[in-house]
Amino acid sequence: MSGSESRTPSVFTVTAPPHIRSKTTVNRLMWAVVIALIPAFAGSIFFFGWHALSLVLLSVASAVGFDALSQKLFGRKITITDGSAVITGILLAFNLPPGVPWWLPVVGSAFAVIVVKQFFGGLGHNFVNPALAARAFLMVSWPGIMTAKWISPRFGTLSGFDAVTTATPLGVLKHADEIVGAGGDPAAIVTQVQSWPVIKNLFLGNVGGCLGETSALLLLIGAVFLIATRVIDWRIPVGYIGTVIFLTLILPGQKANFATYMLFHILSGGLMLGAFFMATDYVTSPVTTKGRWVFAVGCGILTVLIRLWGGYPEGVSYSILLMNVATPAIDRFTKPRLFGKIRKVKQ
Amino acid sequence: MKFTFHGGIHPQETKDATEHKPIETPPLPERVYIPMSQHIGAPSKPVVKKGDMVKTGTLIGEPTGRVSVPTHASVSGIVADVVELAHPLSGRRILTCIIDSDGKDAPDGSIRERDCSNLAPQQIIEIIKAAGIAGMGGATFPTFFKLSPPKEKPIDTLIINGCECEPYLTADHRLMLEKPEQIIDGTRFLAQALGVRNIIIAIEDNKPDAIKAMSESAKKTDFKVRPFKTKYPQGAEKQLIRSCLKREVPSGGLPMDVGCVVQNVGTTKAVHDAVRFGKPLYERITTVTGPGVKEPKNLCVRIGTPVKNLIEICGGYHNQTAKLIMGGPMMGITISSDQAPVLKGSSGILVLDSLSAIELEDHDCIRCGRCIKACPMGLLPQDLYNHIKAGRLNAAEKEHVLDCIECGCCAFVCPAKIRLVHHFKYAKSEIMARRKK
Repeated sequence: MSGSESRTPSVFTVTAPPHIRSKTTVNRLMWAVVIALIPAFAGSIFFFGWHALSLVLLSVASAVGFDALSQKLFGRKITITDGSAVITGILLAFNLPPGVPWWLPVVGSAFAVIVVKQFFGGLGHNFVNPALAARAFLMVSWPGIMTAKWISPRFGTLSGFDAVTTATPLGVLKHADEIVGAGGDPAAIVTQVQSWPVIKNLFLGNVGGCLGETSALLLLIGAVFLIATRVIDWRIPVGYIGTVIFLTLILPGQKANFATYMLFHILSGGLMLGAFFMATDYVTSPVTTKGRWVFAVGCGILTVLIRLWGGYPEGVSYSILLMNVATPAIDRFTKPRLFGKIRKVKQ
Repeated sequence: MKFTFHGGIHPQETKDATEHKPIETPPLPERVYIPMSQHIGAPSKPVVKKGDMVKTGTLIGEPTGRVSVPTHASVSGIVADVVELAHPLSGRRILTCIIDSDGKDAPDGSIRERDCSNLAPQQIIEIIKAAGIAGMGGATFPTFFKLSPPKEKPIDTLIINGCECEPYLTADHRLMLEKPEQIIDGTRFLAQALGVRNIIIAIEDNKPDAIKAMSESAKKTDFKVRPFKTKYPQGAEKQLIRSCLKREVPSGGLPMDVGCVVQNVGTTKAVHDAVRFGKPLYERITTVTGPGVKEPKNLCVRIGTPVKNLIEICGGYHNQTAKLIMGGPMMGITISSDQAPVLKGSSGILVLDSLSAIELEDHDCIRCGRCIKACPMGLLPQDLYNHIKAGRLNAAEKEHVLDCIECGCCAFVCPAKIRLVHHFKYAKSEIMARRKK
């Protein structure tokens, strides 16, 4: 037969099956996370001004730059287009107080990308989340900057209500005595910080806090996108936030109202950002379904313990870091059941 | 009660190119190449030599071991040679009988209708063995062997597998539509040989017309035609048994360990041909399809026909042809040349063009866990891969790499495009080779 336009090679390519692959690639997954972070990014500029924009851009640029540099130094393939360094840059900036000096995200990115990620072998080999480890590093190195450089949101106050303008909502709950000073009534502001107007501000993001963590609403928009497109496993955020809800409902605390106290805890601080965008980091969370539940519940318990009885007002980053370290052990004990392992003898 | 199995994937079915096309019988090939090994087990031994005259269905190779089946001529004519040629799938050199057709297609004297009213189970099994039948779904396990379980393993259920879960392939689908009576008849013989009462004909629910046709034909019997969820690998033996009966074949075991025998619909049709008409297995239905061929078709082809002939019958290559696959896209094996012949297990010839055959560069594992969720055997593909890559074959064996059924679900979903199945095949063969030592 003729078939002049068809080329017929005499030898065909030989490869192992399967010969079809899903369209999902590492790059697609990573860039999907970047897209999901855009609403919160826009929110950070809206609430905290142009300085927020420059901090995020600096953080991203230096993360990508250090990634390329260290890959070159280690003689690895340069893979900065995979988007993972972009995510690290954004998440690191999102975890900084909005008033920090410009060099802080640069130092943080260097630590995150060079030490935490590339020293251990690059994407897929780091055992803790690079952005969170860098945040912990900055906390220890510059505690003054990391716990004090808060900025009030453009249309609100640091605490979410008018009586207090010197502390973030979680700070109010933790340090009410110091805030009101001698002779004041700490109970009054503890009650106020759990009022419905503050809850509303927490939901919208009109309160003080780290750059990208304040608006639960904007973070949820991105999270819904990631869950709907199955980029992240819903079990981790559901298990994490669910545990926080459960514990804040049953544990004793400075409760003005059962419901608002619980809502205050899930909407304040970095819980939304952590549960949806950092605890779900593939590399540093368990691979099995069972393991993910264990991991999520562990994060929830640690967060509540630190917030209620620990030395810091906020516990999300340390909880996730601790569970990152526990991940290999969790994986080991949550292997799926082998098909045919339990010998089924027919009756 | 609808059971299923854990894991699995939903690849695009891409069966539309051939699912509505009736089976065609192309003209006889001028020359056929029949390897002596087209089944799992010992190869058959040639009983003809260069210059011998053979008829269609003449025995040309006899079984040599406990697990082995005979081989038959697929055309009438003259034996041009018996030589060692590279086997299309394994690449090993294997004795191959080359027959030049005389164009007459004269049937062997042994092919004639049989009175089937009083056949004993053992007689049926002997007929099936003599007809050279091996699993036509692709695994090519000798059919008689599955029908002869040891006494301590009683069989209570026969499952006829019409799932055809591989994308692109429609050979079984068309067979169920066009020859349902013969499949039912073959099922009857298989059930008789096994002495079982519980017979399930399993079909994926993406083939409602086949379910209907088979149900119609099964009306006068007590066979249960049951639809199953369209999910790959629904047609894998162990997964199908789990879906049908909620029984799990034990790790390292066989379906007979849970009282089950599974036979593909194509095999069942071949059993009908053999028992009723004395016809050995010398032809089969093959789907020739894919973006690299002009007119995809379902063909009834003689075993040993070069793939090249089939491509010509289907209008020739289309676009820039890059890959030829024997079987489906998930488990099929690439062949390097279109001179390779169609075998007893060739359910399809998939032709991929340069666009669809693209191999993406692999990335380090990012531990996303998708492979674990997809694995229908409950394995940890990502862990196994790490062990194998680091040379820890003992660790891989301890983590049950030998239970891998090579279905390809893990590699399909992997976003890092790691060639997982390739590594598992390597590890399995290494471990088996070490055991033999």
